[in-house]
Amino acid sequence: MNNFIKFDTSSLWVVLPEIFLLSAIVVILLLDLFLNKYSQQVTYYLTQLSLLITGLLAFNLIDHSQVIIFSGSFILDNMASVFKVFMMVATMIAMVYSRHYLRAHLLFRSEYFILVLLSILGMMVMVSGYSLLTLYLGLEILSLSLYALIAIAHERVYAIEAALKYFILGAIASALLLYGMSMIYGISGSLNINEIANFVSNTDLTSRKTLIINFGLVFLVIGIAFKLGSVPFHMWVPDVYQGAPTSVTLFISTVPKIAAISILIRILVNGLGSMHSYWSDLFMVLSILSITLGSVVALVQTNIKRMLAYSTISHVGFIMLGFVTGTLTGYSAAIFYTLVYILMSLAAFGMIILLNKQGFEVDQISDFKGLSKHSPWFALMMLIVMLSMAGIPPLLGFYSKFFILQQIVSSGFITIAIFAVIFAVISTYYYLQIIKFMYFDEIDNNITINASMDMQLVLSMNAILILVVGLFPDFLIQLVLSLF
Amino acid sequence: MGISLLSLLIWLPIFSGVLVIFIGNDRANIARWVSLILSILIFVISLSLYTSFDSSTHLMQFVEKSSWISQFNINYHIGVDGISVPLIILTTFSTILVIIAGWEVVTKRCSHYMAAFLMMEGLIIGVFSSLDAILFYVFWEASLIPMLLIIGIWGGVNRVYASIKFFLYTFLGSVFMLLSIIYMYNKGGSFAIIDMHNLKLSFTEQSYIFWAFFMAFAVKVPMFPMHTWLPDAHVQAPTGGSVILAAIMLKMGGYGFFRFSLPIIPDASLEFSEIIIILSLISIVYIGFIALVQRDIKKLIAYSSISHMGFVTLGIFTLFLSYKQDIIEGSLLGLEGAMVQMISHGFISAAMFLVVGVLYDRLHSREISTYGGVINTMPKFTGFVILFAMANVGLPGTSGFVGEFMVILGAIQANIWYGVLSASTLIIGAAYTLWMVKRVFFGVITNPAVSMLKDINVREFSILAVLAIVVLVIGLYPQPVIELMHISIEHLLHQALTSKL
Repeated sequence: MNNFIKFDTSSLWVVLPEIFLLSAIVVILLLDLFLNKYSQQVTYYLTQLSLLITGLLAFNLIDHSQVIIFSGSFILDNMASVFKVFMMVATMIAMVYSRHYLRAHLLFRSEYFILVLLSILGMMVMVSGYSLLTLYLGLEILSLSLYALIAIAHERVYAIEAALKYFILGAIASALLLYGMSMIYGISGSLNINEIANFVSNTDLTSRKTLIINFGLVFLVIGIAFKLGSVPFHMWVPDVYQGAPTSVTLFISTVPKIAAISILIRILVNGLGSMHSYWSDLFMVLSILSITLGSVVALVQTNIKRMLAYSTISHVGFIMLGFVTGTLTGYSAAIFYTLVYILMSLAAFGMIILLNKQGFEVDQISDFKGLSKHSPWFALMMLIVMLSMAGIPPLLGFYSKFFILQQIVSSGFITIAIFAVIFAVISTYYYLQIIKFMYFDEIDNNITINASMDMQLVLSMNAILILVVGLFPDFLIQLVLSLF
Repeated sequence: MGISLLSLLIWLPIFSGVLVIFIGNDRANIARWVSLILSILIFVISLSLYTSFDSSTHLMQFVEKSSWISQFNINYHIGVDGISVPLIILTTFSTILVIIAGWEVVTKRCSHYMAAFLMMEGLIIGVFSSLDAILFYVFWEASLIPMLLIIGIWGGVNRVYASIKFFLYTFLGSVFMLLSIIYMYNKGGSFAIIDMHNLKLSFTEQSYIFWAFFMAFAVKVPMFPMHTWLPDAHVQAPTGGSVILAAIMLKMGGYGFFRFSLPIIPDASLEFSEIIIILSLISIVYIGFIALVQRDIKKLIAYSSISHMGFVTLGIFTLFLSYKQDIIEGSLLGLEGAMVQMISHGFISAAMFLVVGVLYDRLHSREISTYGGVINTMPKFTGFVILFAMANVGLPGTSGFVGEFMVILGAIQANIWYGVLSASTLIIGAAYTLWMVKRVFFGVITNPAVSMLKDINVREFSILAVLAIVVLVIGLYPQPVIELMHISIEHLLHQALTSKL
């Protein structure tokens, strides 16, 4: 067995998107040294451009048959390519929103964009990682960039607190994940997902080896649950969401979810798929707790970022339910939910950013008071986003819940489905609360919207997409089904 | 007519709504006229649905089907039978009334108001014509959104509470329906409602599905004890909202029993029919007494609505009682009575809420004690009110009589005591309606504001006159309505009485 990574230049086209992005980061970083403070816009446009090109390169690789290179540590398959494209699109949208926020709060620094690009690189490695080591490497690139990104508003106490919290808890999570990986490595003798899968499926599940695999499995699940932010490993989510600058919250709550889901799929589904009956029970508990706590605690929040943090926890619970089913369609449902959630979360945080003005931080639910009077259009957009998050048809959020519920019911977990819908109804209350502030309240805040045209346009498209894809969801559903 | 008639009826109102939103609040007058013209156009189109409808078959007509979500075999599948056509026409008719009723009264965000009603019209027609369960659910839930906004934006003082309560209540009810639909899909592999009609289900499955459906439909109807959202919603809603709520949205619950509960789960319906009948009787009698003590006119009418809708569920479920005693005649009578009652209640409750709206626009009070002696200043108006009050009581010759009479007749054949209890509503109904009329319209003027009232203008006169004509026509000659639905109801009866076990 060859444990060294063999470098075969003929297969480098597989990692073309990653290579391009890395070079782009280096170029932008160097270029930035020579830019004065007033031409920093260039960094922004270069960032968007490199995201676009990386996305196109990844798009080019869609539908390519599966290739595993670098001695089995890097995989290119449909799922990786689709995830990468989706990540680029989501990040581009997030960057448009970020620019408005950074300008309004005088945080416009080129480091911001560099760090975002670096974290994307980490996520691309995670999405394509096919050995425990690559996966961990990607995770660390992502995490380290995110810690710095949160602390970019270093004059704010809350941001520092959030960054520290995220750093310490993230480090613990990484340690747990590593510990789990080391156990799996110890028993199976390989870091490669494929070889682990072979080893586990050939192991007699009654033998004593199972104990160690199980031990490792639990740590892996905990580490992943930490990254996803599911209860009881959710403590960091509300604080980080609230403390981080809104544009960073927007980023953290969206794109890294894809990476977390893909690391989950690589390790637990591709690697330890035959242990499904062991980890699905853990997932069931985690998702039930997440849905309950997320829905109930969000009810009493007044800070909209904190509220959306708890709502994320409950959405994560739904996503994890998809993995309980143990069928490929169930996993597709979870991926579908993730993609839909990202689209909704982008729009929701985008709306919060939209209301930010020079030096005026919007983070209370009541800041939305009277929006429908001053900007009926964006109130309507927010209405769409909130109802979609609540899962009201014909908006996209309904189909994601529907897909998960359908899979749960067909796997025979009807009581869990009943439980989930009851909490979905409970969670509707806080989404309605925002609609109430926007539409029903007489008192208003005299909101003015002075965002640039591109921000307004992208945000409107984002929200309308939720409605339009909701009316014609077939394409997206077919797409996620083709990933396995 | 072309095959796309039904699609036109669903999407024309929705796109009209979008158009009216873009006209904007600054050009309110254009928005009003455009909405009126479009709603009349939609009504005319819906009439052509009636004229080209073939009432000699129970099969679905004007069927359109195209694939929507292929993974789950969900189709955009619509069609109508004799049960949906009258409800669709009721919807298009009520929307015109609502738009005229809000003409001068609604000044706040006028175009949005009109647009919300137009969109809701399209969504509700979608509910009444869906033949795919998921499509049905999508329309069913989506129709909550405009109503939430109508109550919340244009409602009274306590509108936030009422709108959110309305939304959560009905949403909670319907998610269980969604789960049972999903369950049946996993069993039968199809979301088509007609396939579900033929799906074999064991009794245990049927019972669970029955109660899940019951949650969804009984909340909508609403039935005791799930009715508490309705008085709040009605009292806070603007006049137009109350009219649509009472005239159409409540019918969605009844329609659900017709389209889902009876044919899909006949055995569970038979088993639990007694419980539903008792709940209906409680709705009829107990809620009637509650209506008697109301001080708020709108609340009184809201409770009277619940009481009258009790006849719908009573009519539907007495069919099983009659069946147990081999009285097929009686079962048919109950079902048809329920259907006629839904249509007639649509017109009468719309009229009653419009009447309250007329008073409220003038004095901004719904308290009975504010009024007294209105007849002295508003004689024409009072004339209409008395006609509608009589129809609400169920006076022979008005539409209110036909449905209630058929249901009571069916109930008496099934069980004399049920008949007696349901018939008691004629007395209770007369008591609360006429007592209210007496206190508001007759007597001496005690409030000086009442002596300053102006009688109804041409706009109000025309709405009430049209409603009065409809109420009388259906009351005197209900035959066309009954003929329209007869074959479909017979088929439904056959389905409801065929065991699936």
